[in-house]
Amino acid sequence: MSRITTIETRDLKQSCTSGGCGECQTSCQSACKTSCGIANQPCEGKTEE
Amino acid sequence: MLLLLLLCKLAKNVKIIVVLNITAEFWELTMIHTYKLNGKNFVLDVNSGGVHLVDDLAYDCIEFLRDSGAKEEPLLNEAARNAAILQLEQKDYKKSEIAEALDEIAALTEAGKLFSGDEEYVKLAAKKSQTTPQEQKNVIKALCLHVAHTCNLDCEYCFARGGTYHGKHTLMSREVGEKAIDFLIEKSGSRRNLEVDFFGGEPLMNWETVKHIVNYARNIEEQHNKNFRFTLTTNGMLVTDEVIDFCNAQMANVVLSLDGRPAVHDRFRVTPGGVGSYDVVVPKFVEFAKRRKKNYYMRGTYTHFNTDFTEDIFHMAELGFDELSMEPVVCPPGSPNALTDDDLPVLFEQYEILALEMLKREKTGSKPFNFYHYNIDLKNGPCIHKRILGCGSGSEYMAVTPTGELYPCHQFVGDKDFALGDVWNGVKNFDIIDKFKKSSLYSKPQCGDCWGKFYCSGGCAANAYHSCGDINGIYEFGCKLFKKRIECGIMLNVEKTLLAEARNEQI
Repeated sequence: MSRITTIETRDLKQSCTSGGCGECQTSCQSACKTSCGIANQPCEGKTEE
Repeated sequence: MLLLLLLCKLAKNVKIIVVLNITAEFWELTMIHTYKLNGKNFVLDVNSGGVHLVDDLAYDCIEFLRDSGAKEEPLLNEAARNAAILQLEQKDYKKSEIAEALDEIAALTEAGKLFSGDEEYVKLAAKKSQTTPQEQKNVIKALCLHVAHTCNLDCEYCFARGGTYHGKHTLMSREVGEKAIDFLIEKSGSRRNLEVDFFGGEPLMNWETVKHIVNYARNIEEQHNKNFRFTLTTNGMLVTDEVIDFCNAQMANVVLSLDGRPAVHDRFRVTPGGVGSYDVVVPKFVEFAKRRKKNYYMRGTYTHFNTDFTEDIFHMAELGFDELSMEPVVCPPGSPNALTDDDLPVLFEQYEILALEMLKREKTGSKPFNFYHYNIDLKNGPCIHKRILGCGSGSEYMAVTPTGELYPCHQFVGDKDFALGDVWNGVKNFDIIDKFKKSSLYSKPQCGDCWGKFYCSGGCAANAYHSCGDINGIYEFGCKLFKKRIECGIMLNVEKTLLAEARNEQI
């Protein structure tokens, strides 16, 4: 493609079936404590996909 | 529902035209966000998580397709293509170039990376919230242990009001701590990784109990097939060599509170006698970070009085810290400390300044640092389950007071309307649990048409409740800042990805 560069991202649709293990970090256990941020949490099970 | 009806090749010019039949319902579920930053055009396909860097023509094409009345018409059929070509020719683009851009958009749409829907997510959200806790075993995987409802600092902006949460000065006993660990193990089902955050008040004011609880958990984790991850949040006043050594051995993360420049830090972070704490805590934090081999965060709060907060972040970087976090203050709107709508343009600019400075440092290698909210892992981020359910407060995450009472999270502690039960008898207030369990991104009507929803997962329930009285509401001011941070964070990550690729090519 010459006009669009697609960055490699996790396919959220696919993660409907591959995700949901529940082993990931709880967001407020990290740095924020006052504002919920999910996107910057690592996925615990991603490497197993 | 998207149905691919026809894929026809036009043999003469070897172009591929994809004709899609998209119903009105489907269109309502697709979501594209476009923005320009650092001289580049970004397109986010919200539902798939797709991120695209596009040229001006493709940017205009995508915006036209998104914004045109074609929302109830098939995308990229002949009529839609002609309409797009007619519109964009008025912007002095050539017809052949527009056709080229439309072909690329069609190919990405077919691949599910543009104009994707969210039908599966609606079903997923409904499934996850359809049963009540009484009927469904509620798995808890994280506790915030308030080991000290007291503090040796008296920060005016603190939501815990001197560490007491509007109650008495109390310390958690070893017995309560042990019972909390037992409770967590018992309620965690098959979850192996369990998180415990030592919080307060100031947890180092009950340091012997912290160590006792850690040792207790370590002694029994293997027999229960669990892996405890501990975090400590501290103001630094009581940090010693022994604290540093123990934390480095046992804590997966430490959060060290520093607001930045000396005058900024000492404006709020003072002893009960009013003496600033900067000079006491900074040398301790420098030593802590120097010896830290694992995760840590320097965590600051900015207020209406330092809307130039990047100066505070850069000050922290100058001190040698490289894992930084800076949060907007959360306080009643009438407070002089509160951020206002008038502050927003300055704050938005600050987040851009921060991202660009981080990119510059990445390129030059000069004192690079990470900023918590810009740590967006595009490739290995959370699955859609996590993004729909959010932080898990009140269901898989709870706070424990020094006397063993359970609350949905640390920000609800002290509000008796949210008292859930205690670590001895477990959860008793199922009405509240039910509300949190049923709360997800899809239970928040104001989040439906927000492009940032899968990055924040509906935001903080406590902030929403304190802002509008409903955990399914939103804290609108916080949303505005969050979305700006996401735009900047994605830009930074895309630029860093491209930089890494360019460096690899050179090698």
